[in-house]
Amino acid sequence: MSYQADFLRALYRKMVTIRKFEEKIGELFLGGELPGFVHLYIGEEAIASGICSNLTDEDYITSTHRGHGHCIAKGANIKPMMAEIFGKKTGYCKGKGGSMHIADFSIGMLGANGVVGGGYTLAVGAALAAKMKKTRQVAVCFFGDGASNRGTFHEAINMAAAWKLPVIFLCENNQWASTTPYRTTTAVENIADRAVGYGIPSNIVNGNDVFAVYEAAKVAIERAREGGGPTLIEAKTYRIKGHFVGDPEMYRTKAEVQERFEKDDPLKNFVSDVLAKGWLKKAELDQIETKITEEVDAAVDSARKDPYPDDNELYSDLYVESEVNLRA
Amino acid sequence: MREITFSEATLEAMSEEMQRDEKVFVMGEDIARQGGIFGQFKGLPQKFGVERVIDTPISETAIVGAGIGAALAGMRPVVDMHFADFVGVCMDEVLNQMAKICYMFGGQCTMPLVMRAPDGIIRSAAAQHSQSLEAFFLHIPGLKVVIPSNTADAKGLLKAAIREDNPVLYFEHKALFPLKGPVPEGEFCIPIGKANIAKEGKDVTIISYSLMMHRALEAADKLAGQGISAEVIDLRTISPIDKETIFSSVAKTKRLVIVHEAVKTGGVGAEISALVAEEMIDYLDAPIKRLGAPFVPIPFSPSLERLVKINADQIVSAVEEICK
Repeated sequence: MSYQADFLRALYRKMVTIRKFEEKIGELFLGGELPGFVHLYIGEEAIASGICSNLTDEDYITSTHRGHGHCIAKGANIKPMMAEIFGKKTGYCKGKGGSMHIADFSIGMLGANGVVGGGYTLAVGAALAAKMKKTRQVAVCFFGDGASNRGTFHEAINMAAAWKLPVIFLCENNQWASTTPYRTTTAVENIADRAVGYGIPSNIVNGNDVFAVYEAAKVAIERAREGGGPTLIEAKTYRIKGHFVGDPEMYRTKAEVQERFEKDDPLKNFVSDVLAKGWLKKAELDQIETKITEEVDAAVDSARKDPYPDDNELYSDLYVESEVNLRA
Repeated sequence: MREITFSEATLEAMSEEMQRDEKVFVMGEDIARQGGIFGQFKGLPQKFGVERVIDTPISETAIVGAGIGAALAGMRPVVDMHFADFVGVCMDEVLNQMAKICYMFGGQCTMPLVMRAPDGIIRSAAAQHSQSLEAFFLHIPGLKVVIPSNTADAKGLLKAAIREDNPVLYFEHKALFPLKGPVPEGEFCIPIGKANIAKEGKDVTIISYSLMMHRALEAADKLAGQGISAEVIDLRTISPIDKETIFSSVAKTKRLVIVHEAVKTGGVGAEISALVAEEMIDYLDAPIKRLGAPFVPIPFSPSLERLVKINADQIVSAVEEICK
């Protein structure tokens, strides 16, 4: 297997942007600059990046409370993302959504969702629309191992399977449902094992290997586009950061996290892989990293300077004006 | 004017709107092959195909959630809840998703979704198939709630709901489906958010909606015989509530009775009473009266079920009490 250099650069760009963005968010939050709370995607970059590299702006994704990585991988602009997390008027949602509710409908990013397991059925509906309109679009639903125990998992996958809808159910099994370890709440070894119960194919991939994710997603997405129906992909990974920034993480040791990150850091693995294979050069990777660091800093600078929403924005967007033709 | 049933009126609305806009489709349990429990979808699949009149799994959460997702992807779905009581199954989709998405995402999208929910007491359907739950949704910003009382409104409000770009909950009382009434020929919409003065009067305002409108009008006739002129307002829309029509009527009559089949406690009547008490208390010549179901689940036995329903005589007595 080999890849075009442009493709690899784009992949690296996505992963580094997520990493740098998230590191900055963590820093800003601990510095008291951000309202609300934030959940970081560090260590899971390969999953969103691998999946979304198979998607176009016409395709849909639904995301989770840990959604910054999905947004970036789908092609969202980090400036309005940063502004949104600051609660500023210039944010994607005019400051009304925040970290857990970033959306960009212009690129098919149907929103992060603050309710764990809230995105499945929305992805199914978007896929239903695509099927009805015969557009060959697909919808990818990102969810975690914790969310796999919601009832929505069952209803959504069954419906998508019964109707052969173009959805990819992408489980990011990071081993932690908030503070509770996976195996204490779930009897099956793999979430993917459940696919049998819905009559759909599944795949288990190393979620820290962006190429493995990319290839698995490619097969599933192609199949969905051709009318073959949904696939359940389980990407095995590990949540490097706490559930939220500031989580005291009493439920695990620092050594455990350290050990996992050293072994499985998807970014580090990518870099050593592409360098070893001679696909990319160290200098160009460094150049990309430097540029992205600057972009993230610039996003922070402008978010800091941007205004908060005006008070008169409180009621806007609650209802849209509808053109109902009246002839009563 | 021609007379058709309430059920046929909703069918006409669906059919006209599906004809008008190919983005409109409907999904729910037992709607295509069976035609709906109340016949309210009969003939639609023959006309529009099972791709647009879709039988779903028994998965209320997925039905509503997929409706939301399809709306976000440019469709105009109508989802059927089978029984309004089952909204309890998919409350997250109603409360946290459809109601909030437009606002929370800063107006990036619209939510042209209609949720049809047959509600109300009928033939001892008991506690989980008889409720009137509209008041729940009055409490949630982002939703619109309509509730027709007659055939013409059933058609006009459903058509307006389908053309709305905001999520609309459309409650239809099960006992109304077979009732016949006049419906104008051709296209018409009834504006959402506007109450209807069903009968003008000067001594007391009776506000009601849905099936109870029929009891309210019956009571108004009886009261006319006693020389009491009641103004009867059909709310038509529960959210947003038409304060203007309510206030101008109360300013005129100075007396107010609110009637609904839903539980009285925390009901729509409570909200209207509070609005009038806050802003119009000086106009009132008598205490506000509310009539609603007692604070119990709907019982099965016909002898008990009878006790939770409001009848015209109870409305007459309530009016008499404040018109002394």
